[in-house]
Amino acid sequence: MKLPVFLFSKSTMTTLTLQAAVIGIIFYAAHGLLVNTQANLEARNIASGFGFLSLESGMPISNSLLPYSPADSYGFAFFIGIINTLYVAFLGIILATLLGILIGVARVSGNWLISKLAEIYVEVLRNVPLLLVLFFTYSIALAALPIPKKSLMPFQGFFLNNRGIYLPRPIPESGFLIVCLAVLTGIVAAFLIHWYATRLHRETGRIIPSFTIGVTAMVTIPAIAWWVTGGPLAWEFAVLKGFNFTGGLVIRPEFSALMTGLVLYTAAFIGENVRSGIQSVATGQINSSKALGLPAGLTMRKVILPQALRVIIPATTNDYTSLVKNSSLAVAIGYPDMVSIGGTIIGQNDQAIEVIAMWMGVYMTINLIVSIIMNWLNARVQHIGR
Amino acid sequence: MTISPDASKELHVFKPMPDLPAPLESVGIIGWLKGNLFSSKINSLLTFAALLFLWKAVPPLISWTIIDATWSLSSTPDPTPKTGACWTFIFVKFRVLMVGLYPQELLWRPILAFVIFGVVCVLTALRRLQTRLLIALWFFLPLPLFFLINGGIGLEIVEQSLWGGLMLSTGLAAIGIIMSIPLGILLALGRRSNMVIVKSLCIGIIESIRGVPLITILFMASVMLPIFLPRGMNINNLLRVQIGIILFSSAYIAEVVRGGLQAISQGQIEAAASIGLKNWTITYFIVLPQALRHVIPSLIGRCVALFKDTSLVIIVGLLDFLGMIKASAQDPEWLGYDAEAYVFCALIYWIICFSMSQYGKSIEHRNQWS
Repeated sequence: MKLPVFLFSKSTMTTLTLQAAVIGIIFYAAHGLLVNTQANLEARNIASGFGFLSLESGMPISNSLLPYSPADSYGFAFFIGIINTLYVAFLGIILATLLGILIGVARVSGNWLISKLAEIYVEVLRNVPLLLVLFFTYSIALAALPIPKKSLMPFQGFFLNNRGIYLPRPIPESGFLIVCLAVLTGIVAAFLIHWYATRLHRETGRIIPSFTIGVTAMVTIPAIAWWVTGGPLAWEFAVLKGFNFTGGLVIRPEFSALMTGLVLYTAAFIGENVRSGIQSVATGQINSSKALGLPAGLTMRKVILPQALRVIIPATTNDYTSLVKNSSLAVAIGYPDMVSIGGTIIGQNDQAIEVIAMWMGVYMTINLIVSIIMNWLNARVQHIGR
Repeated sequence: MTISPDASKELHVFKPMPDLPAPLESVGIIGWLKGNLFSSKINSLLTFAALLFLWKAVPPLISWTIIDATWSLSSTPDPTPKTGACWTFIFVKFRVLMVGLYPQELLWRPILAFVIFGVVCVLTALRRLQTRLLIALWFFLPLPLFFLINGGIGLEIVEQSLWGGLMLSTGLAAIGIIMSIPLGILLALGRRSNMVIVKSLCIGIIESIRGVPLITILFMASVMLPIFLPRGMNINNLLRVQIGIILFSSAYIAEVVRGGLQAISQGQIEAAASIGLKNWTITYFIVLPQALRHVIPSLIGRCVALFKDTSLVIIVGLLDFLGMIKASAQDPEWLGYDAEAYVFCALIYWIICFSMSQYGKSIEHRNQWS
């Protein structure tokens, strides 16, 4: 029998009365809020409803992945903000994961110096506010880099200055589609090889080097297509004209500062998850896999990782959702994410309630999707009793 | 025939040679180096790479922060260009960074408040007081400190728009945590309640706050709250932001407390019920004390996180510590000292957050071994 514990009274009557009272209070409060809000909105001459979304925005947006002009509507401007938020979140999660794994592995490394350096990194980054990190990276991106005329050029065609990072822009020519298809074929082939190797292993016990074969397929198929079509990609280089560069692919300092700050900060947290995950695997497990003669790589893949991931994934899910929410700090350094664009809209037409509702809806949806994907992953790595 | 005593001398007893000393390269400093830095080719390579990095990074850093730095206490910028940091900037801006625009002649009030706050922190860290007394002290603390800084009852009133700097950050975070712990406990209990309506209300509040960034909560508190209030009722921006922070924090604390509640075994509750305790008494005397003891380290983790998060209030126009740092770095008389400002800011935040997390770790350690 599970005992009912909290806020419980043995008589159903009391429970029902209490709940009815709660409902009553909620309705009373909601009604009061509604009346106040309507009176206030009327007094301040603020429109309500989502009609403003189709009006012309008139605001410029500096970083946009899609073609946008101030003549477009508020709705489209907000959509650009959502795309920018998603872009930062997606790229940030991938890069922070890679760096975090590196940091976590360095933390448990047998090399004393490396593990101490990783520990210093983690302890420094975890104990300062993210906003400070962002201000810092932004001031480096703006102040420490030279003006366009004195750009740094680490490679031919790459320029670094305080207006951004300029890269050559790839321009597809005829036959590029074939190369794209070849890349896709390579990926599909690698998956098929993996699937076949798993089945072969299960049924006959034979192990084939599926990873090497898969990677070879993924590289050679596009390479052959590239060679056959004669390299169907031209590069447009950025050139200095007057005081600024034109052409090429440009990464704005706001974006690179936001990305660097978010990735450095989140990687410290993910690194800690990876460390605690690896350390949660009992030493006996590793020793016995060595005793069985498994090479270090296989020990890592077949013994340590499957058990460590059970600890790593749930903790990292939280860090991913934090990263998505933290991307809203873009507003502080002027990258036009959803919050920054929404803030401008509020400033222009005072429709705070609608914009805040839209923010909440989008963030909750993104985080729900992240949680669903990560829970699915988590369910896959959890121990299945046989 | 008797065995002569001398015979035993003839007996060949196996006598091992004394042990050879351990090879020189496996003990002492050399052994440690070999084991920890040069155990394999890759490790040696990594060690050299790390040493190279340190060689390139540490000496310039030290000469920038200490050797080449300016430490003079003058009140104007040094006109000669320097290669090192100019800490004069921090000395000049120190008052603004700590208390904002608080009037000079009333400065003793925030200083006294800082001292009292510091003493309470030290008392907590030393664990000299009884837990009950400590909790009461912390809950009682904000009130006198608020009067000290705000004024009233005989003291001159200082406008809240003049507050700022580290004082504001600490105040927002401390009051945020102190107020949100009871709220968070209530939300957590509500989430475990078996009254459907209370339960779904609590889940709704917790999840919708946890699902959005703090910035949107702050925007909501700062922009939307005035629209929700009856006309003629005004609350200032600082209080609105504080309300936002409390709401935000209580949702996270509720989740932490829920973890503790789940760790209490059903047997405890059944045992309490079997000796005739009523539901509220079970919750108050049996479940909560144990649950809270479990989650103290996580609660301290939330304190660290909230203290870092209060830096976001700069976005709704309050000048907390980070805000003052940024404002000082943009002072036209003192342009170009961003690096000094940010390094100082990072140092202060780091000292506070790191000591809090170390305290949390020590409590966790003590809980494990007690």
